[in-house]
Amino acid sequence: MIHENWNGFNGGVWQDEINVRDFIQQNYKEYCGDEAFLSKATERTDNLMAKVQELFRNERAKGGVLDIDTETVSSLTSYAPGYIDKENELIVGMQTDSPLKRGVNPFGGIRMARQACAAYGYKLSDKVEQEFMFRTTHNDGVFRAYTDEMRAARRSHVITGLPDAYGRGRIIGDYRRVALYGVDRLIAAKKADKANMANGNFNQETTRQTEELFQQITFLGFMKEMAAMYGYDISEPAKNAREAIQWTYFAYLASIKEQNGAAMSLGRVSTFFDIYIERDIANGTLTEEGAQELMDDFVIKLRIARHLRTQEYNELFGGDPMWITEAVGGMGEDGRSLVTKNSFRLLNTLYTLGSSPEPNITILWSTALPESFKRFCAKVSVDTDSIQYENDDVMRPIYGDDYAIACCVSAMKIGKQMQFFGARCNLAKLLLIALNGGYDTSSDMHIGPQMSVIEGTSLDFDTVMKRFDKYIEWLMHLYVNTMNVIHYMHDKYAYEKTQMALHDTEVERFMAFGIAGLSVVADSLSAIKHAKVRPIRNTNGYIEGFDTVGDFPKFGNDDDRVDLIAKDMAHKVITELRKTPTYRNAIHTLSVLTITSNVMYGKNTAATPDGRGDGEPFAPGANPMHNREENGALASLNSVAKISYDDCRDGVSNTFSITPETLGTNGEERSKNLVSILDGYFAKKAHHINVNVMNRETLLKAYENPEEYPNLTIRVSGYAVNFNKLSREQQREVISRTFHEAM
Amino acid sequence: MKVHSIQSLGTLDGPGVRFVVFAQGCHLRCKCCHNPDTWNMTEAKDFSPEELASRAERYKEYFGNDGGITVSGGEPLLQAREVAELFRLCRFKDINTCLDTSGSVLNEDVKKLLEVTNRVLLDIKYTNDDDYRENVGCSLKPVLEFLDYLDKMSIPTTLRQVIIPTLNDTEENIEKLKAIRDSHRCVDSVELLAFRKMCETKYLSLGIEFPLTNTPEPTKERMEELRNML
Repeated sequence: MIHENWNGFNGGVWQDEINVRDFIQQNYKEYCGDEAFLSKATERTDNLMAKVQELFRNERAKGGVLDIDTETVSSLTSYAPGYIDKENELIVGMQTDSPLKRGVNPFGGIRMARQACAAYGYKLSDKVEQEFMFRTTHNDGVFRAYTDEMRAARRSHVITGLPDAYGRGRIIGDYRRVALYGVDRLIAAKKADKANMANGNFNQETTRQTEELFQQITFLGFMKEMAAMYGYDISEPAKNAREAIQWTYFAYLASIKEQNGAAMSLGRVSTFFDIYIERDIANGTLTEEGAQELMDDFVIKLRIARHLRTQEYNELFGGDPMWITEAVGGMGEDGRSLVTKNSFRLLNTLYTLGSSPEPNITILWSTALPESFKRFCAKVSVDTDSIQYENDDVMRPIYGDDYAIACCVSAMKIGKQMQFFGARCNLAKLLLIALNGGYDTSSDMHIGPQMSVIEGTSLDFDTVMKRFDKYIEWLMHLYVNTMNVIHYMHDKYAYEKTQMALHDTEVERFMAFGIAGLSVVADSLSAIKHAKVRPIRNTNGYIEGFDTVGDFPKFGNDDDRVDLIAKDMAHKVITELRKTPTYRNAIHTLSVLTITSNVMYGKNTAATPDGRGDGEPFAPGANPMHNREENGALASLNSVAKISYDDCRDGVSNTFSITPETLGTNGEERSKNLVSILDGYFAKKAHHINVNVMNRETLLKAYENPEEYPNLTIRVSGYAVNFNKLSREQQREVISRTFHEAM
Repeated sequence: MKVHSIQSLGTLDGPGVRFVVFAQGCHLRCKCCHNPDTWNMTEAKDFSPEELASRAERYKEYFGNDGGITVSGGEPLLQAREVAELFRLCRFKDINTCLDTSGSVLNEDVKKLLEVTNRVLLDIKYTNDDDYRENVGCSLKPVLEFLDYLDKMSIPTTLRQVIIPTLNDTEENIEKLKAIRDSHRCVDSVELLAFRKMCETKYLSLGIEFPLTNTPEPTKERMEELRNML
């Protein structure tokens, strides 16, 4: 098949089938030079950004939410077009009819929508309330099917953050398909798939899939209508760079109008755009400055994307994140890197528009990436603390070279794989429940297998492990079942029609489980093994604290005696999870990632044998506990690197803060040394790292005088936040984290 | 080997990313010393050279083209035999070796150590004998002899000096430093480090008086001026 809008592109199988990867491989131009070619922001961009900054100020002044449309249910076409500054926008489209005004999306649960409105002084309109009075939401469905034990696990916080009252997210539509093929071609392909299904047997799975295809086709139609409201016809392929970016953005916009998923990630679009930009520049219709403007405008749109959340939700996922994760770089299977000039332009938006947590720029790092690109990334980290790194060399063999990252660390082939998001279980709390024979002191609940409280004046490692194994077995079975309920209901009542229309019809599904408190558990078990841990019992005989005497190896010091406990623990958990089958035959995966919920998990967990006090925060993700690292930064990185990506295919998150002085004497040295550190860490087969290059003093100042640091960005756990948007509690926890410093 | 501590990430003591071993024990008593906790030989942890080398090896992936191991202190020359063995093992593992020293000892053991040293960071402290005697407690002469030996053996050397207002922050001192640099081919770089008083808390906790407690830290501008002179 040929199309005139494809003139100038190299042909390939992408013309005859939906195959964006092939299009990229046939057409992209690798760039191995440095950043010298980049343009600065134009006056137009500066003016537009000034308006956006003003909007951000107003939003902050109003307690974090500028405005809510309580009358309209969010969908693709339910709002009139909105603009920041219509005449001066190159890329258009807004979630509601006005920038930063939030829509309500009650499909996940009406109660959550109601509470979210109330939290900011609004009232959900009667109109919406009535509309949903006789409608089953995802949340209704889940609670109809939840067992008593599932409810108890949820209430005791041994499993928390489950997507049972909001959109599950973590699904990445292949938004590029709209630009490359136009919507009509995508509809035709889906219709053909639907027609094909008529030839097979109809059973539960195929009937559901047929209905889903019907919904996908319908929503592709809505997407066209939505674009038409902004004066664009997206039925045909994009014919230039501006259209390619606009079409792709419309596809993304349609998704975030339809869904309020926790993480609504973007995918891997910059190198795809580069092909169009290169064609326009060759035709003389676009300049470097113009190309940067297009990227700047696109990124501005991503920076103003918002969802309406409750306070409870913000405790788990602090900082109002959208996780508009864009994967940049990585190597191709043919040995060329996927770095293009547009990879640089995307990073450059952190200079042209200033530092920012969104989009969540994620560098797919390979030791084989062009040196000049590595150096530029490191410079951007040192200057802005806004980007994260993930190991392409461990992911590429599994996912190929056209995968992206959903949320923080979840890899998936774009348009071919999706995941059922499953938050996480609290492993540290589980250890305490096990010691107390099925009683949770924090929630005062009996839960899990009931037996006597563990005996003895000091804890014996083998006895504890034997018991802990039993409780792990129990919880993982319950965890899988709970997730099966949630995702059955999400598919039934809040299916992602737009995003799944931008996937192949046959997709591979992951079911992503998670653990919190890994370093607490590793250190606790190490204390039991290597020191003397005496349980302190209350009047009812339950253990409510520990008296730990003597030193013990601590995670974060490159000491195998404890690091292997952490590694084994992750292996044990995923092995147990695999024993219970999943909904839609999804592949079990595991992450060691907490977002900002490490504070909340800690709050709900009593004192642990490692010396952590009652209610004290956990370390985030797979991080060692704060200030237990005695041998410096690389020892800490080596400990985390030992956790196997094979066990944790949904990611192992590490957040690393280092003072500028420790990294080198000047900017150039710092960038160079950071490149060495990243190369080393990833050569050790580690998976992920957030890099902050800053002093604790800066955070302390921002904590005291927030108005002086309106744009202070910091990486927390798989994403970045504006420091001021964190709760005071979350801010204190971030400040207390280890800052690696030379003596 | 008597070790004060290990820092797995060092970027300030030698080129690139380095694994730094701080040797315990020093015979000098520099007034500006920022590691007084490394003076006393009895406070040490004991490591065999084999153990330290295999620890360093765990970080090899991070070293890139120019990183490696640095032994600092304390004064590593007081344990020249052990450090030599450590460096020999490191070179065997293809790890670059760097010695951070005052250069105040030059015996047969030290000469053997220098045979397996890729780079020396030589802390020259003061450029005239009187100041050296006054603020370090011994003569500058052995240090210059040490440097002559490095030159003879063509061991790449970085000259370092901590700039302390009122003691050595003069143009005259920098001129002398330049002269020393220019008369030794082995010296390929000179680093001026700003005197810092962060170590005061260490003195406090050790119950030792910090001799320079009333000396100010040099300004950024002054450091820049002196660096430009080089």
